[in-house]
Amino acid sequence: MKSLKPITRIAVGLSALALVSAYFVPLWQIIMWAPQYPEGLEMKIWINTLSGDVRTISALNHYIGMKTIEVSMFPEFSYMIYLVGAIIGIGLLAAIINKRFMLLSYFATILLAGVGALIDFYLWGYDYGHNLNPEAPIKIEGMSYQPPLIGTKVLLNFTAFSGPDIGGWIFIGVGVLLGGLVFYEWRKSNN
Amino acid sequence: MKTIKKSVVLLLGVASAFMFYSCKPKGPQSAIVGDAASKVYVAPGKYDEFYNIVSGGFNGQMSVYGIPSGRLFKILPVFSVFPESGYGYSEETKPMLNTSHGFVPWDDLHHIALSVTKGEHDGRWAFGNANNTPRVARINLKTFKTEEILELPNSGGNHSSPFITENSEYIVAGTRFSVPVGDKRDVPISTYKENFKGTISFIKIDPITGRMNIGFQLKTPGVNFDLSRAGKGPSHGWFFFSCYNTEQAYTLLEVNATQKDKDFIMAVNWKKAEEYIAQGKGEKVKAKYAHNLLDEGTHMATSEMMTEVLQLDPTILKDIIYFIPCPKSPHGCDTDPTGEYIVASGKLAAIIPVFSFTKIQAAIAAKDFEGEFAGIPVIKYESALHGEVKKPGLGPLHTEFDEKGNAYTSFFVSSEIVKWNVKSLEVLDRVPTYYSIGHLCVPGGPTSKPHGKYVIAYNKITKDRYLPTGPELTQSAQLYDISGDKMQLLLDFPTTGEPHYAEAIPASLIAPNSTKIFKIEENNHPYVAKGEKEAKVVRKGNEVHVYMTAIRSHLVPDNIEGIKMGDVVYFHVTNLEQDWDVPHGFAIKGAANAEILIMPGETQTLKWTPDEVGVVPFYCTDFCSALHQEMQGYARVSPAGSNVPLKFSTGVVEETSSK
Repeated sequence: MKSLKPITRIAVGLSALALVSAYFVPLWQIIMWAPQYPEGLEMKIWINTLSGDVRTISALNHYIGMKTIEVSMFPEFSYMIYLVGAIIGIGLLAAIINKRFMLLSYFATILLAGVGALIDFYLWGYDYGHNLNPEAPIKIEGMSYQPPLIGTKVLLNFTAFSGPDIGGWIFIGVGVLLGGLVFYEWRKSNN
Repeated sequence: MKTIKKSVVLLLGVASAFMFYSCKPKGPQSAIVGDAASKVYVAPGKYDEFYNIVSGGFNGQMSVYGIPSGRLFKILPVFSVFPESGYGYSEETKPMLNTSHGFVPWDDLHHIALSVTKGEHDGRWAFGNANNTPRVARINLKTFKTEEILELPNSGGNHSSPFITENSEYIVAGTRFSVPVGDKRDVPISTYKENFKGTISFIKIDPITGRMNIGFQLKTPGVNFDLSRAGKGPSHGWFFFSCYNTEQAYTLLEVNATQKDKDFIMAVNWKKAEEYIAQGKGEKVKAKYAHNLLDEGTHMATSEMMTEVLQLDPTILKDIIYFIPCPKSPHGCDTDPTGEYIVASGKLAAIIPVFSFTKIQAAIAAKDFEGEFAGIPVIKYESALHGEVKKPGLGPLHTEFDEKGNAYTSFFVSSEIVKWNVKSLEVLDRVPTYYSIGHLCVPGGPTSKPHGKYVIAYNKITKDRYLPTGPELTQSAQLYDISGDKMQLLLDFPTTGEPHYAEAIPASLIAPNSTKIFKIEENNHPYVAKGEKEAKVVRKGNEVHVYMTAIRSHLVPDNIEGIKMGDVVYFHVTNLEQDWDVPHGFAIKGAANAEILIMPGETQTLKWTPDEVGVVPFYCTDFCSALHQEMQGYARVSPAGSNVPLKFSTGVVEETSSK
């Protein structure tokens, strides 16, 4: 099994350390604008909690029968700290073991984690936007309120945006870096 | 030929009539020149450059306007009850209006002082005076709420107040009416000279919390104190007051208090007074006055009755006060930004004397006195005088300053603002006001660093300036551009109450700090319900306490039963919202007091005494949401002695027949 180039090894180690930031910065953000909220209402998703105008968003969304958003409705918050820990562990291990297959495993883990997170977020969003209280004061035939997975979507009087926050961008950056490193190693070994 | 002559005569007649007509003075409509509109236009969504904190006079409130637009933003209740918000009606705010006379629901607020640090506006607090039942109030400029009211003992009307020292060490309160003080109060009015005294209170301001307490009180001869200003820069440590009625008249003051050619400016060395206090001088005398304080944590005001005050007698403790003669019943007494010049405006005079602080100090050192008045030395007029502004106009009242060394004096009688140079005393420009200006205001005008740009006239007579509304008219303020050599009228704007003095402060010093919500976690009200689960109804004897919550768009509880005739019900309503500009209101049918407005995170209490058996509706009064009209409930009132159990709920539907 081939060893990694020294530059790759350093980059892999640093990328794993960069992921530690996930414990200190928000990973994802949802921002909503309405005529009455030109400044926007924001919800930040952290590794184990939510912050921002969550209470206000819930207060407004209850009119259309959406659930009150609470930390306890996300079981993910109880295990994400371990999941990210494991990813960081694999990354550091890859740097220590210094073999190509470890780099590939690390890259695959990041990729899977990213795809998994998006699927998980989509499923939550689907439930949050469709599973509405039948006694809601405002009911519009055929209307559901699933927030956008990524990007912008107009929902009644609100324009909602969903996208990565600092932590999310770091994850994406690490993913892109690892992809590049895998390509680099492949090219080097073929030459 | 004859006909030609005739027609020439006729033509001449017409021409002369026309010329005569055109010699008539022009009306006020000719006063606007240039592009005034664009200078006061604040486009939708844009902000004004200055806050204008304006006294409300006989409405007992302050009002907040934007400059240059003249738009009214808020009426801020201070000394008068305000049913619109429940100020003075809610259980939390009632103690704010407590005095030694009990609950006083009204007053007359004349002057504003904004807090300063190193002589410049710091945007922390606004102070106001109550002219009738003597008090001062402190307003927090983060919340725009009245946080504190302090009553003044031994005072017969608090007019020369609440002017402030360079670092907000003190605000002052000088009596308008001298009255008999101490134990001997039941005396003939004709014994004014021997028994009537004035007092000047120096109210200490806590530099961190802003809390007020009377540091000391100066006993003065019986005269009327009108206005005052603190020294600044070199004159910091001194305070200057205008005095009238040095004739010591007690009837028909219009005639009897205007006989002397000169009244006084009183110079007070308050640092000297502090020295005496440090030496243990002064006398603690019994007094009764209320000190009312709002606690932002509990959202409740409490009233404490104070029992003594420290008094100093300047006739015994020398060098605290001096009199300076000043023409004809002075009103304004204003120190310029450098602190060197004191401008006194005799409201019946035809000149403006300007005194020099350096000369006053030299005269005191040289004992250059013309005599004494009631045991206080009187400095020679010429020795204190920097110079007189000659022929400025008639009836000077009040002067403010710009950043270029100019003064702007209001003239009530000749209804104009006159601009003059403080050093050279030369009159530079004059503009008419419509009509009969009282105080005026330059942004930062009383501070060491005026912002200039505008002068605002607060006029006493409105007449034909707006669409008429019967005999009682709105008050008229006028905005003038003073950035050029010539003053230029830009705008008339109506004001509420009857503004006296006002201050203007850059919006950048206040707007960024403005409170948006109160944090519900920090609400320590004894009857708070921090969530709907904490909402409840509790009986204590014949008191029923409803711990109610309000959130878009329901009240918890909204069905209450088990209230009986003879009960007193307290609705303690907590607004659970944590979003900007979502207040809720609460009102119940037949309530003999008012509504309450509850800001996000706040708790307010409305007391209600049911007066008949039945089911009584209550509802949210502040249009809060699309379902605001659904935000309502019922309280059932049963006869005294009935056995209807105490019960409360929201959202519970019972299919029961009537019990």
